[in-house]
Amino acid sequence: MPKARLTREQIAERAALELPDGAYVNLGWGIPNLIAAYVPKDVVVYFHSENGILGMGPRAKPGEEDYDLVDAMKVPVTLVPGAAYFSQVDAHVMTRGGHLDICILGGLQVSEKGDLANWRVPGAKGAGGIGGAMDISVGAKRLIVTMEHNAKDGQRKIVKTCSFPLTAIECVNTIITDLAVIDVTADGLVLREAAPGFTPEEVQAQSEPKLRYSGKVPEMVLRKK
Amino acid sequence: MDLAVADIPDGATVMFGGFGGAGFPNNLIQGLARRGARNLSVISNNCGTGDGELGILFKNRQIRHVVAAFPGPGATYFQQQFDAGEVELELVPQGILCERMRAFGAGIPAFYSPVGVGTDVAKGKEERVIRGERYILEQALGADYAFIKAQRADRMGNLVYRKAARNFNPIMATAAKITIVEVDEVVETGTLDPEMIVTPSIYVNRIVLAKGIHNA
Repeated sequence: MPKARLTREQIAERAALELPDGAYVNLGWGIPNLIAAYVPKDVVVYFHSENGILGMGPRAKPGEEDYDLVDAMKVPVTLVPGAAYFSQVDAHVMTRGGHLDICILGGLQVSEKGDLANWRVPGAKGAGGIGGAMDISVGAKRLIVTMEHNAKDGQRKIVKTCSFPLTAIECVNTIITDLAVIDVTADGLVLREAAPGFTPEEVQAQSEPKLRYSGKVPEMVLRKK
Repeated sequence: MDLAVADIPDGATVMFGGFGGAGFPNNLIQGLARRGARNLSVISNNCGTGDGELGILFKNRQIRHVVAAFPGPGATYFQQQFDAGEVELELVPQGILCERMRAFGAGIPAFYSPVGVGTDVAKGKEERVIRGERYILEQALGADYAFIKAQRADRMGNLVYRKAARNFNPIMATAAKITIVEVDEVVETGTLDPEMIVTPSIYVNRIVLAKGIHNA
């Protein structure tokens, strides 16, 4: 029986702790989309949506949906006080122009240099779609990738060089997975935390590039004490 | 409605506003489907949802070439035709898609951008280092027609939008030779607050009053 890794919700919960009070934040598809539910109570952040909203609130309650007020995943949402609407051009002035404090995206592969591949699996059917991911990756002041440490078939997703089509080069600052928190630094990947019950060696075994760590690696903490 | 799109010829390039089900000029799209212009080159964030949005134009095989950021898993007819090699796709990062339109509308023929450097998007594009950073050259993107959706127009064509239904619409209005807007309401000139107007009338050529169709 393999040891239990963190769930997607727990990855989201850990990622939410990276959000500083007052930050302007964009969350991508997949695990990132779960993060808003876990923002600590003493932290206020403002969510950006690339279709032209700053200050997006929770999903609209059943019966209160307004289909002119949707997030980038087409889900009817609400606003928080101080929210603003703007065009798609202005939405991407914010992404590409380096105005967003933290962006959190899903990932298919991240390289040891922080290259991100997250929009297409080679050989997949259909046309694929880039959406806003390239603009967001290039412009974010800090880019976090949340993903499972391994693909469904066990392939390692933290790799020396991405083999999947790239989203952007040298863009990722931190990777949060079901096994670890890893920072991308000029000296390579640094293992900051390991999931409860996992040793640094076990995390290393599931990661292609060398992870740097010394001594005891702290356990991933999922919520503030 | 049909009058507004009656002159759209075969082979025209048409931009369509809309994102995530909001702000699509669905009545104009239906009009273009009835008009039956073929061999169209279209520019849109996505490629329809089933029969909705641009879906009907793919279903009718009116489209030959697409520029899009996220065709979408719900774009059934597009995906079938793409897999069969029947429609061409230029995939563009979303912010670059609208910035290329903005540039066209602003008289800027091309610009350097950091988005897509070192990725498939950079293929065939000039790369240049500016102040130590790598950039690629992106071309302005314009169209013969823009089909857009606004909430309200005055009789001159000043426009205001509703919530996130604004999205690509104001940019596309600036980047086409002829901009056709579908609105929920037309008011007398002078009754819109000038401080609130998002698209000034100079960009708008035709106004069609039509109850919005949502493809939620």
